[in-house]
Amino acid sequence: MKSLAETAPPALAGPPPPLAVTEQPRPGGRQRAAELLQRQGVLAVLALLCVVSSFVFDSFATLDNARGITIQASFLSIVALGMTLVIVTGGIDLSVGSVFALGGVVAAWASQYGFLPALLVPLAVCGAIGAVNGLLVAKAGMAPFIVTLASLLGARGLLLALTHEGAKTYLVPRGSAFQKLGGGAVWGFGYPVLIALALFCLGGLLLQRTSFGQGLFAVGGSGDAALLMGLPVARTKVLVYTLSGLLAGFAGALNAARLSSGVTIIGVGMELDAISAVVIGGTLLVGGAGSVSGTLWGVLLLGVIQNLINQIGSLNSSYQSVVSGGFLIVVVVAQRYLSASRRGT
Amino acid sequence: MAPPQASAAQSAPPGPDGPQDPAAPPAPVLEAVGVSKRFPGVVALDDVSFTLRAGEIHALVGENGAGKSTLIKILTGVHRPDEGELRLGGEAVSFHRPHEAQQAGISTIYQEVNLVPLMSVARNIFLGREPKTRLGLVDFRRMHRETAELLGGFGITTDPRRPLHTLGIGTQQMVALARAVSVRARVVVMDEPTSSLEPREVETLFRVIGELHGRGISLVYVSHRMDELYRICDRVTVLRDGRLVHTGDLRDTDRVRLVSMMLGRELARVRKEAAEGHDDGRTPAAEPVLTATGLSRRHLLDGVALDLRPGEVLGLGGLLGSGRTETAKALAGALPLDGGDIEVGGRRLRRISSAAAIRAGISLLPEDRKAEGIIPGLSVRENIVLAALPRLSRFGFVSRRRQDRVVDIFVKRLRIKAASPEQKVGELSGGNQQKVLLARWLCLEPRVLLLDEPTRGIDVGAKAEVQTLIEELAAEGLAVLLISSELEELVEGADRIVVLRAGTVAGELTGGDVTEGALLTVLAETAPDAVPPQGGPEADAAPEPGAADVPDEAAAPGAGDVPEPPDAAAAPELRKEEDPR
Ligand SMILES: Nc1ncnc2c1ncn2[C@@H]1O[C@H](COP(=O)(O)OP(=O)(O)O)[C@@H](O)[C@H]1O
Ligand SMILES: [Mg+2]
Repeated sequence: MKSLAETAPPALAGPPPPLAVTEQPRPGGRQRAAELLQRQGVLAVLALLCVVSSFVFDSFATLDNARGITIQASFLSIVALGMTLVIVTGGIDLSVGSVFALGGVVAAWASQYGFLPALLVPLAVCGAIGAVNGLLVAKAGMAPFIVTLASLLGARGLLLALTHEGAKTYLVPRGSAFQKLGGGAVWGFGYPVLIALALFCLGGLLLQRTSFGQGLFAVGGSGDAALLMGLPVARTKVLVYTLSGLLAGFAGALNAARLSSGVTIIGVGMELDAISAVVIGGTLLVGGAGSVSGTLWGVLLLGVIQNLINQIGSLNSSYQSVVSGGFLIVVVVAQRYLSASRRGT
Repeated sequence: MAPPQASAAQSAPPGPDGPQDPAAPPAPVLEAVGVSKRFPGVVALDDVSFTLRAGEIHALVGENGAGKSTLIKILTGVHRPDEGELRLGGEAVSFHRPHEAQQAGISTIYQEVNLVPLMSVARNIFLGREPKTRLGLVDFRRMHRETAELLGGFGITTDPRRPLHTLGIGTQQMVALARAVSVRARVVVMDEPTSSLEPREVETLFRVIGELHGRGISLVYVSHRMDELYRICDRVTVLRDGRLVHTGDLRDTDRVRLVSMMLGRELARVRKEAAEGHDDGRTPAAEPVLTATGLSRRHLLDGVALDLRPGEVLGLGGLLGSGRTETAKALAGALPLDGGDIEVGGRRLRRISSAAAIRAGISLLPEDRKAEGIIPGLSVRENIVLAALPRLSRFGFVSRRRQDRVVDIFVKRLRIKAASPEQKVGELSGGNQQKVLLARWLCLEPRVLLLDEPTRGIDVGAKAEVQTLIEELAAEGLAVLLISSELEELVEGADRIVVLRAGTVAGELTGGDVTEGALLTVLAETAPDAVPPQGGPEADAAPEPGAADVPDEAAAPGAGDVPEPPDAAAAPELRKEEDPR
């Protein structure tokens, strides 16, 4: 057989044509700075804030204060980790606050049967809620906002039913292994802090270094393209909402262990804090770009702001929301500006 | 006619022994049998059968909206047929997701979205099949190395870590190509891969296709460019309005017949309109409506000056990177300038901005209609009235009746083919999308219309229609600036041509000088110093592949997509026959 390559004219068979260089100018310094700022901007702000506050408030730069801030932030951070993954796919999970509370109550109830049930039962329940969210979003094509709003209400309702409208409180047995999980500490840093750190390391690996993580970016960046490229888009979405449910439930369980009881009224509005932290951390709300490290800094930033307001003392702690809200706006505006200059306009 | 390569490519034997032996065609690899597909309001495919034989390059042609992309999406698992079945290697299969088709060895470059803009080049190429380290994590070092190697083979040197959206459209398309051919496939499907490529990128594409063909891979190739089809394809299937019109050897089908099969009985009408448009001797007014002087922008434009008169079509010629698009953008206020003046109707624009330009009556139809114009999710009506909303509303309320009236006028006037004005624009064919964009700007009743590659990526029929429209608009007193990489289109369409070189005006052709030969001479003169670092490739990359070979007889037939020469002779007669009144 005479292959085409033999009969073909030079244009077809020859070596690549004389370097058809398609390279465009490398991103300029301004653009690269913008990129760096978008990625590490929160960290810079956080560092700056900490340095300034340590001069202004004597009690800020103390080990005790650091312990307090981190333990406070640890639960939100675990929830926000799941939220980051969801938002990277271009979705949103409004149910995490309710699921967090539900996880806590279920864990407290199950803790009477031992350590493993206290962990696994809330994971199963909350994972299932996440999976249902995912299925409705991915297979039924419903809007994530609506689906998770419904499960926000549903999970809260379930919670009230379980506790007889809050009349019944489940307590974690004193001195149990489960209680230690929430209350124990290494060098004064609570276990939940260490667990959250470990989860963020795993989450970072998952998002940046696995095929699954690449798939999340692709689904968020362009769902159609991801589908055409043969990615399992539906499965990815189901998994990511399940993960979010699992993480929220787990955070709830840890919190219950720390408080030694399942608290019904906890977690209201937590989804909004989580979303704020994610967005402040530089993850695009429309999906396709983001990082878990940014989210971690975002959560800490919110925590530090709250801490400072408490330090000031004379300020009502409600101002925390005002400050965080203002900050959120600044970040989103900055993001807009930065991504415009990254496109080189 | 076709470049000399064509004969060689075509005489390459498709099968082992008897290349010409019709009794023993190679076995089919992929077949669609009696496939139908309906979308709300449209029958996209109606009982279409398609056979791809082992080792062949199969051209799939048809007007925009004929159903080519839909057939491809059915073959590759994006859509499922309402009726009919698929066969792979003779056995019935059904693909539920694109993934399954890819597993079966079918690799596809789709017409629209293929890649994820925010992700890096390397991630896009390896998405879903990333190389792993021993720990099961993505091995970015290897990924970047292999990407660089792969792209190097395509003549592209770019940082694999760069986000895709920072590359030009042509390069993005090459990345999509690299992805498609880097998987182990037995069938590669390409839906209009060249519509956004520069000529030298097309050459690279053809080289890659040659290599794939040499490896015995079968290809489905969709394109509107006749030259390309005759150069590389073995067989052809023609679709029209969702139905199979013809399938057979490309060698046995000449261009005119192929075009007439694509267009059906409309051919006569299209010819007539094209001829009419060219016949009416318009006399442009003497006073320019727009005068631009000294348009400058560092590295891009260096003192471009031109004027536009009502009723004329001014062509803007030049090689790639000569500043054509930038000039159009500058005139429309979409490119910040370092210096320069624009006068419209004798009044100087004080601040040159998009808003000021629109207010002064300048409208730009941009080159990249997907990115800069069309909103696919909105309806035809909404897309058309978008820019004119302020004019159609009173005290902030938009009158639906007035909207409908305007939309109705333009849909008829521009012959936009849509199921209804409420159909989503994303569902229309490329040619019709282009007309919707045109309608949007015409709503504003502009005095100056800037058209940047208005016929790129649309099929022969729609192209002739758009060209006719341009003539008509000019005849109605509009001043039109036409940018086109196709010499033929420029020469046919323009009354006068300004040629750019490296951001300055290099020459002007008027009256009898507006010929392809003259244009080529100016281009050829300017080529060497037009883009100094890339002089070699750029010179070869004169807009028409065929034309570069024969600079003296540039008007040689076959230089463009529409087989004009026979038309020109036939047109007057046709007109008489069809005009009994
Ligand atoms: N997803 C869709 N929804 C509704 N109509 C569609 C869709 N895709 C294509 N169509 C319609 O099907 C017809 C064929 O389109 P297409 O296959 O894209 O044509 P071609 O690729 O030949 O230009 C057109 O009328 C188009 O409007
Ligand atoms: Mg198509």
